[in-house]
Amino acid sequence: MKLPDILLFASGSLRGSRTRTLLMMLAMSIGVAAVVVLTGLGEGARRYVINQFSSLGTNLVIVLPGRTETAGLGPGMLLGQIPRELSLDDAQALLRSRAIGRIAPLTVGSSEISQGALNREVVVLGSTAELLEIRHMSLGQGQFLPAGDVHSSESVCVLGAKIKRELFGQQQAIGARVRLGDRRFRVIGVMASQGESMGFNTDDLVIIPVASAHMLFNTSGLFRILVEAKSRDAIQRAVSDAEQILFQRHNGERDVTVITQDAVLATFDRILRALTLAVGGIAAISLAVAGILIMNVMLIAVSQRVKEIGLLKALGAPAAQIRNLFFAEAILLSGIGSVAGLVLGEIGTRVIAQIYPSLPVAAPWWAVLAAFGTALGTGILFSVWPARRAARLDPVMALARS
Amino acid sequence: MIALSQVSRIFAVGDQQVAALRDIDLNIAAGDYVSIMGPSGSGKSTLLNLIGLLDRPSSGTYRLDGGNVTDLTDEQQARARSEKVGFVFQAFHLVPRLTAAMNIELPLILAGIPAAERKARVAQLLDNYGLADRADHRPDQLSGGQRQRVAIARATSMHPAVLLADEPTGNLDQATGKEVMNLLEQLVAQQVALIVVTHDPAIGGRATRQVRMVDGQIISDTRGSSS
Ligand SMILES: Nc1ncnc2c1ncn2[C@@H]1O[C@H](COP(=O)(O)OP(=O)(O)OP(=O)(O)O)[C@@H](O)[C@H]1O
Ligand SMILES: [Mg+2]
Repeated sequence: MKLPDILLFASGSLRGSRTRTLLMMLAMSIGVAAVVVLTGLGEGARRYVINQFSSLGTNLVIVLPGRTETAGLGPGMLLGQIPRELSLDDAQALLRSRAIGRIAPLTVGSSEISQGALNREVVVLGSTAELLEIRHMSLGQGQFLPAGDVHSSESVCVLGAKIKRELFGQQQAIGARVRLGDRRFRVIGVMASQGESMGFNTDDLVIIPVASAHMLFNTSGLFRILVEAKSRDAIQRAVSDAEQILFQRHNGERDVTVITQDAVLATFDRILRALTLAVGGIAAISLAVAGILIMNVMLIAVSQRVKEIGLLKALGAPAAQIRNLFFAEAILLSGIGSVAGLVLGEIGTRVIAQIYPSLPVAAPWWAVLAAFGTALGTGILFSVWPARRAARLDPVMALARS
Repeated sequence: MIALSQVSRIFAVGDQQVAALRDIDLNIAAGDYVSIMGPSGSGKSTLLNLIGLLDRPSSGTYRLDGGNVTDLTDEQQARARSEKVGFVFQAFHLVPRLTAAMNIELPLILAGIPAAERKARVAQLLDNYGLADRADHRPDQLSGGQRQRVAIARATSMHPAVLLADEPTGNLDQATGKEVMNLLEQLVAQQVALIVVTHDPAIGGRATRQVRMVDGQIISDTRGSSS
C-alpha cells in the first residue's frame, strides 16, 4: 500500500466519524495553544524585565551599604539592614579606579513639597549631575543638577513631570521657588515624562544635590552609589576595585555589597526562564491528556471497526499495514490538531499583545517546537496500543461479528 | 490447485477440544465448481477459512497453487490471500463509508497497484457487473443484490485463482440469489476454482461437484450437476 493511499484511507476513516475527529483535534489544539500562549507570556515577562533593566543604564555596578553573602539578590539587600554607612567621600574615592568611568551617589528620603497653597508628599532623591547620564534619564526643560563640588549644597531642584504638573499646571516652573521641608529651592529643570521604569518612577520625584539632601534629612550616609564601568569588559575590574577601595577606607572591614546589574539580570533571567518552563510544562500536561483521549477514542474506533479490520485482512492486508493505517490516523489527527493549535496560539498571543502592548509576548521557538513535537509524539505514542490491537485481530472472529 | 491432506482443525474452548475439521482430504482443480453443504456446525466455514488462508490447520498439510502454505507466517498468508484468494460473504462486508467504486478498488489499493491501473480495472469491473451507474453510491444506497455484485467485483479485482463464497445468497431473495450465482459461475469459465458454502439445495445443486460434510468430516463428494 502506497503512502498517499494510506493517508487517503486514514483521512477517509477520520471523516467517517466527523464529530469524534473534530473533538479530538480540538483537545489537541487547545493543548498546543496553551503551551504556545503560556510560554509566550512567560517569555514576554522575561523580555520585559530585561528591557526594563537595560533602560536603567549600561555597565552598571551598584554599591550598597551592608554585607550580603551572595553577590546577587540577597536577603540583606531586600530587608534593608542598617550597617555602617557609605559616605560621599567613599563615593568620590571610587573614581580612583581606572575601570570606573562615572559615579552617582544616591540618597533617598521623603519630604513635603509646597508651592503657594499647594503641597504634597514627595520622594526626594539626592544625587549629582552624573545621575542623568548614568541612569539614562532625560530632561524635559531647563537643566539638571549643576556639576562641580559634590559637597556644595545649592538650593536647586529638578522636578518630576507629574510633580511639576501638580504644582504648576501649565505655568512656567523654571526659576520658580518651592519649599522642601524648611528650605526653599529654586526649580532649575523638569524631567521628561517617562513613566514607570523599575524601581523609581521619575515622574514622581524631586531631585536635589546630594549635599542638600543630607542637610534636609540630617544624615550623611548614602542609599546607593551607582557606578558606571568604562566598558562591559571593565565591569569585573570595577567590582573588585570598588570592593578593594572601600575595604581600605573602612579599616579592613568588608561591610559593603557590590552587585552588578548583569548579576541581578541573570538572576531574574533564571527565575523567569524557570517560570516559563514550568508554565509550559503544566500546559504540556494537557497535551498528554489529549494523547490519552486519542488513545481512548482510537480503542473505541478499533472495537467499532472490528469488521472493517477483519475485511481488510481478508482482502490481503498484512498486520503491519493495518497498524500503519491506525498510525496514519493518529498522526493526521494530532498533526492537524497541532497545526490548528499553533494557529490558535498565535492568535491568542496577538490578542494578548493587543491588550498589553508593553509586554513583548512571543512564544520562544523551542516552546513552539516542543509543543508540536509533544503533540505529535503523544498522538503516535498513544496510538501504538490501539494500532497493535487492531493489527492482531483474528480476521475470522472479526468477520463473524455481527 | 488446492490440495488438503489429513487436515484437522481443533479449537480449544476452555479445557475442551472441539474438532471442527477431522482428517480432511480434498483436491480441487482450477476451474472446479464445488458446493459444500451440511448441517450447521459441521465445519463448512472453518474449511473455507482454512482454504482462504484466514486460518491454519492444527495438523495435516495444505498446498495451494503448487506451494506448501501450511505454515506460512501472517505476512506471507496475507500476501498469498491478496494474490490468490477472493472472498464473498453472506453479509457482503462492504465498507459503509466508501462508494461502490472505492469498495471494489480496496484490494488493489492494499496491494499497492498504481492509481491509473486501478481506475481502469475498477471501471471495467463496474461495467462487467452492471454497476456503472452506481459507482458513486455508498452501500446503504444499494439493494442487496447490488451490494453482493459489488462484493463479487471486489473479490475478483485481483484476478484470484480461488473464489470462496460463504452463503453468498443467504441474505438475498431467490431471484436475486440466482442472479448472483450466475455471476459467480461465469468465473468458472475463466479457470477460477469456485467454492460455495450453502444451505440451499437448489444453489448447491448447481455446482459440478458437491461435497457433503457432517461433524467435521467429508461424507460424500459427488461429481455431476443434479439440476
Ligand atoms: N473460533 C472458534 N472457537 C471454538 N469453536 C469454534 C470456533 N469456530 C468454529 N468453532 C466450532 O467449530 C465447529 C464448526 O464451525 P463452523 O463455523 O465451521 O460450522 P458451519 O458448518 O459453518 O456452520 P453454519 O452452517 O452454522 O455456518 C462448530 O462446532 C463451532 O462451534
Ligand atoms: Mg458457517
